[in-house]
Amino acid sequence: MTTLDSSKEIQKNNSEVNETHEDFRMFGLITFLIADGMTFAGFFAAYLTYKAVNPLPDGAIYELELPIPTLNTILLLVSSATFHKAGKALLKDKNSESQKWLFFTAFLGIIFLICQLFEYFHLPFGLTDNLFASTFYALTGFHGLHVTLGTLMILIIAWQSRIKGGRLTSKNMFPLEAVELYWHFVDGIWVILFIILYLL
Amino acid sequence: MTISIDPQKTNNESLQPKGWLRYFSFSLDHKVIGIQYLVCGFLFYLIGGTLASAIRIELASPMSDFMPRDVYNQVLTLHGTIMIFLWIVPVVNGAFGNYLIPFYVGARDMAFPRLNAVAFWLIPPSGLMLVASYFVEGAAQAGWTAYPPLSITTPQSGQIIWILSVLLLGGSSIFGGINFIATIIKLRRPGLKLMQLPMYCWAMLGTSLLVVLSTPVLAGTLILLSFDIIANTGFFNPVLGGNVVVYQHLFWFYSHPAVYIMVLPAFGLVSEILPVHARKPLFGYTTMVFSIMGIVVLGLVVWAHHMFTSGTPPWMRLFFTIATAFIAVPTGIKFFNWVATLWGGKISINSAMLFSCGFIINFVFGGITGVALAQVPFDIHVHDTYFVVAHFHYIVYGGTVFIIFSSIYHWFPKVTGKMLNEKLGILHFIITFIGFNLCFAPQHWLGLNGMPRRVAEYDPQFQFVNQISSLGALLMAISTIPFLINVLLSVRNGKDSGDNPWNALTPEWLTSSPPPVENWEGEAPLVEEPYGYGKKISERK
Repeated sequence: MTTLDSSKEIQKNNSEVNETHEDFRMFGLITFLIADGMTFAGFFAAYLTYKAVNPLPDGAIYELELPIPTLNTILLLVSSATFHKAGKALLKDKNSESQKWLFFTAFLGIIFLICQLFEYFHLPFGLTDNLFASTFYALTGFHGLHVTLGTLMILIIAWQSRIKGGRLTSKNMFPLEAVELYWHFVDGIWVILFIILYLL
Repeated sequence: MTISIDPQKTNNESLQPKGWLRYFSFSLDHKVIGIQYLVCGFLFYLIGGTLASAIRIELASPMSDFMPRDVYNQVLTLHGTIMIFLWIVPVVNGAFGNYLIPFYVGARDMAFPRLNAVAFWLIPPSGLMLVASYFVEGAAQAGWTAYPPLSITTPQSGQIIWILSVLLLGGSSIFGGINFIATIIKLRRPGLKLMQLPMYCWAMLGTSLLVVLSTPVLAGTLILLSFDIIANTGFFNPVLGGNVVVYQHLFWFYSHPAVYIMVLPAFGLVSEILPVHARKPLFGYTTMVFSIMGIVVLGLVVWAHHMFTSGTPPWMRLFFTIATAFIAVPTGIKFFNWVATLWGGKISINSAMLFSCGFIINFVFGGITGVALAQVPFDIHVHDTYFVVAHFHYIVYGGTVFIIFSSIYHWFPKVTGKMLNEKLGILHFIITFIGFNLCFAPQHWLGLNGMPRRVAEYDPQFQFVNQISSLGALLMAISTIPFLINVLLSVRNGKDSGDNPWNALTPEWLTSSPPPVENWEGEAPLVEEPYGYGKKISERK
């Protein structure tokens, strides 16, 4: 999408400029997600180093329970599948079905966030209690921020996929594909986070 | 999937300002954005230079008499941050990258023009915020490295503004990096192969990979640091059970590659300038490409050589010493290639060439001290002394800033259609070169004799050498005057340059100077041999 600045030449060129080029927005998004992944990699590296080097001080509490995060893992994995369904439906021009799947995906995202908050309120430690507590909240919080943004984007494209006047059609799949890739990325990060924070 | 460009949609002419006003607008033209980066960066260079002068005035005498000690700390922190994040990184990447890369790949603009404009417009507000933090409660005092616990215990507001500002600048840098990677890999004109690209494209591809892989880690680290400051967490606070060395690891995971983010584009630019003014093909194109990529890979695994005195275990010292020494190999290859490019060439002695040769000389000194600093026994002795200050100024000023000036002399006719005055340019080079070496060469001696850096006062025995250094700094400050006069006069009254004053073969010279809005009238030329100098025209591809 070549965009132009002002000039007289613009008029002259416009007759010739009707060129086509490959769509590389997806390429840009992938590059961005690699960068985003590096932020998480930094956090994980910090957490693992703390685990290896810094002992938990006497009397400090840092215990996690598995049921809620396991449920959350399942929620996110299922939401990845439902998102995929939405894409397939849209490809067949079944907009309302696609929209239904998108809303369901967003619903799963919201449930995930509610579960996450529920876990926060019931944990026996707070943000500043000890080093591991702080790292736990920083990591899950940063991931939760990603889920929040993802859910908002899903709601936006769900709105866009409405039949009349919507911008998302089988001919313009990019918004859906972009958000889908982002959502799978966020899920993947959660799986790594789940393994590192809860299982290790 | 392909995108067709709709002439109707792109025609937003009436909404865009014209003439000089477009440099103050949210313009999407890569050439306008490049100039915005350059001028904005240069203004911050003047601010950072003023701060540097203040530092050298303070250090002209052993006592802290010119300014209070805490102000000295703020000044040196702002000097470092402004010079790195607001002058060198945006100019050597953003300015020249945006201006040249679309020409080199044969495109009409960058891959994501709107993202490009966003990336630029993040810079002025965050820069102004950083400068303004001095007037709030005092600017940050912890140096550009912001090591905890220092950054946690110094006044908070300045440090928080510093973090916010660096986060925004990091974001700008990442957006720029994504744009460059997409432009170089995806937007090449049909028929143009990767190994036919001018060297600056390769340098920018390598740099952008480093930006994308390492800057986010700095962002994450600074977010954790800001939690330590605001929310009283203990990530890096030993009192609360945190670990300061983790900060150093994460910080240098970005900030060592940042050295290459600052210097690799300069390698690319000098590889463009030397062949043109020596009328010879660039020597060893393929080895240049591989050494750039080698530097990118090695640059990511050497960060802990900044931390040899931070209680690093022996295996880590061994690994990082060896890895760092290996970087000398690709860098040396590049150095010999430049010398070989000049060898036997028909060299024109002009300002661009002089600054490039100055770069080669300074960079050898900086490189040699760099290899020396990678050796643990030596590093432990000179760590945090003026030896380190001298070393990195030889790289970033003697290296990159010399190339920025060289590039301005080289591409000024391209941007404006006017020539710069050569006499003023040569005067500028002479004062800069003498001033720079006078300022920083004595600091090697100071460091070896144990003068610590970042302290406003020092032992009186170092006074004489410090005064020589301050004299050099004065010359460097003076050297900006002929440059500014030259640019301001030449923009209006300079001699017309014609389209291609240097008879260069790289694609940006194959269109009019200044270039039309979409770079080419008609189709972009296919340049298969950007360095085909010294051949008969019939033999050129």
